[in-house]
Amino acid sequence: MKGFAPIVAAVGVLAAVPLVVHSIVTLNFLVVTLMIALAGQGWNILGGYAGQYSFGHAAFFGTGAYVTAILQVRYGANAWFAFGAGIVFGAALGGIIGALTFRSGLRGSYFALVTLAFAEVLRIIASVAPITGAGVGTLINLDLGARAFQFQSRAVFYWVILALVGASLVIARLIEQSRFGAWLIAVRENEDAAKALGVDARSVKTAAMIVSGAVTAAAGCFYAQYFLFVDSGIAYGTWISIEALLTPIIGGVGTVFGPLLGALVVKSLGEGAKLVTGDVPGLDLILYGAVLVLVIGFTPRGLIGGFPQLRGWLARHRAPRASSIQEAEHG
Amino acid sequence: MLSPVILIPAILNGLLMGAVYALVALGLTLIYGVLHIINFAHGAMLSAALFAAFFAFRMLGLDPYVAVFLLAPLFFVLGYAAQRFVIGPASQGDDRNMLLVTLGIAVVIENALLFAFRADTRTINVPYAFETIDFGFTFLAVPRVVGFCAVFVVALALWLIMSFTDSGRAIRAVAKEKLGAELAGIDVAHVYAMTFGLGSACVAIAACLLIPTYYVNPTVGNAFVLIAFTIVVLGGMGSVPGALIGALLIGVVESLSGLFLGESLGQIGIFVIFIVVLLVRPSGLFGARA
Repeated sequence: MKGFAPIVAAVGVLAAVPLVVHSIVTLNFLVVTLMIALAGQGWNILGGYAGQYSFGHAAFFGTGAYVTAILQVRYGANAWFAFGAGIVFGAALGGIIGALTFRSGLRGSYFALVTLAFAEVLRIIASVAPITGAGVGTLINLDLGARAFQFQSRAVFYWVILALVGASLVIARLIEQSRFGAWLIAVRENEDAAKALGVDARSVKTAAMIVSGAVTAAAGCFYAQYFLFVDSGIAYGTWISIEALLTPIIGGVGTVFGPLLGALVVKSLGEGAKLVTGDVPGLDLILYGAVLVLVIGFTPRGLIGGFPQLRGWLARHRAPRASSIQEAEHG
Repeated sequence: MLSPVILIPAILNGLLMGAVYALVALGLTLIYGVLHIINFAHGAMLSAALFAAFFAFRMLGLDPYVAVFLLAPLFFVLGYAAQRFVIGPASQGDDRNMLLVTLGIAVVIENALLFAFRADTRTINVPYAFETIDFGFTFLAVPRVVGFCAVFVVALALWLIMSFTDSGRAIRAVAKEKLGAELAGIDVAHVYAMTFGLGSACVAIAACLLIPTYYVNPTVGNAFVLIAFTIVVLGGMGSVPGALIGALLIGVVESLSGLFLGESLGQIGIFVIFIVVLLVRPSGLFGARA
């Protein structure tokens, strides 16, 4: 079980937070942050490990959210079942989009565009189709109790989303340590070379997209269950496509803890900005965009990748001083 | 099913709208042709240009058709600087990073506009906004006809720049063979920035043509840029004639599907084309194999 100790430690520390913090505002903030971290981990499995940068992960988030809400409201399904079904639908959508796009050999800008287009099509359909409640959206009835997956206490929701994030960390670590993960990284680094070595790039990428879709859909399912409301602008909006991509890129793309770290940093920044200036629209997102550009410019491997870089920089700057001391001694 | 009295004006209006799309798409395809990335900041730049045209009219009293001679050079400089000092250095030559940097810039611009001007939708009132020309069989709005003609002037100007100036030759050289161009002494960073500047200038011109009949808010550019993405994919990324023909085609498709399916579902027609082209023939109608 090598490599899992940090996950246990991180989840353990985070699990203790509600025992100390009782502020509903803070817990609410942490729940949303963890939800974004989960969506980001989904993106990270496809973008970070397989190198396929999706600009439309809202497609999965929204599908998870809508399936969870619609199954309960229109078909009277049990909330836990609906939650699971949302994840399955997300995985299926990942399989469909993956099979279509990778069959056509789309990469880079083209892949970014086609994922964006799928999210937009789903958003438009959701904004007019009767089953999604069209422009009005879908409201899940308030029915507090464990059977309906609704809890009065923010702390319980916090532990639920933390458990999901913990599971996503384990999945990422398992992928990283498996042969499948090695294939993904081979495809990311050089797809043609990977193919030449016998890696079935198409299936490997599609499989990554299925897992990715499922994980991001789980975040969407949680959204529906937590806020009890879904509409097309929330579920399939560009905000979630951007935040799902932002967190792993800022935290450390292709690393297990990148999305979690990125979500904590980014969301804290946004919240900090709101504390300073009051709730002005747009300010937090200006910061997100600026941080994104800065991180790519200065530590392309994200904040996690920044630590060794910083150490290297410090070492380089210490080295000349050491050598000049040596010279002084010799001289 | 529908009489020609409705159908023909719908097609003509689609063509006129398509011409403005063509300008937005021209900027995108130009940037793609040279830098090989999709500029995700294109929509935000269009929103910013629309705001600039709006305030040029409101505060300086400049007619949009006059302001274009001010805004196009201004946006050329802004685009040049953005590529030279932000996108280029930050992305360190990696295509995926370049995509992300343009996305980051888009988020910053869009929300800076939201921060400064709030989500309100604004319009300007020009005397000719509702004037029409009587063609005998149909009426067409004057600003749209002006836009249609202006687009072909811009396309011609671009073609002349590309064909007969040294800068144009340098841009074409870099688009064809970056390393070779660099070896021949062409400053690739400068050419990249110039291309980005030209693309931004196209956006500014499009904004000035749009503002007399359109509205402006911080997210208005997104709708256009999604259509522009479709156009450049349909026409073949990097192909200028492809962008022009694709834009006119999309303008007509949008107009007709709006007529048959209604305003909100009408957009689906465009995205379905988008996805089908991407999946079946990603090189587009006129593009080389990607």
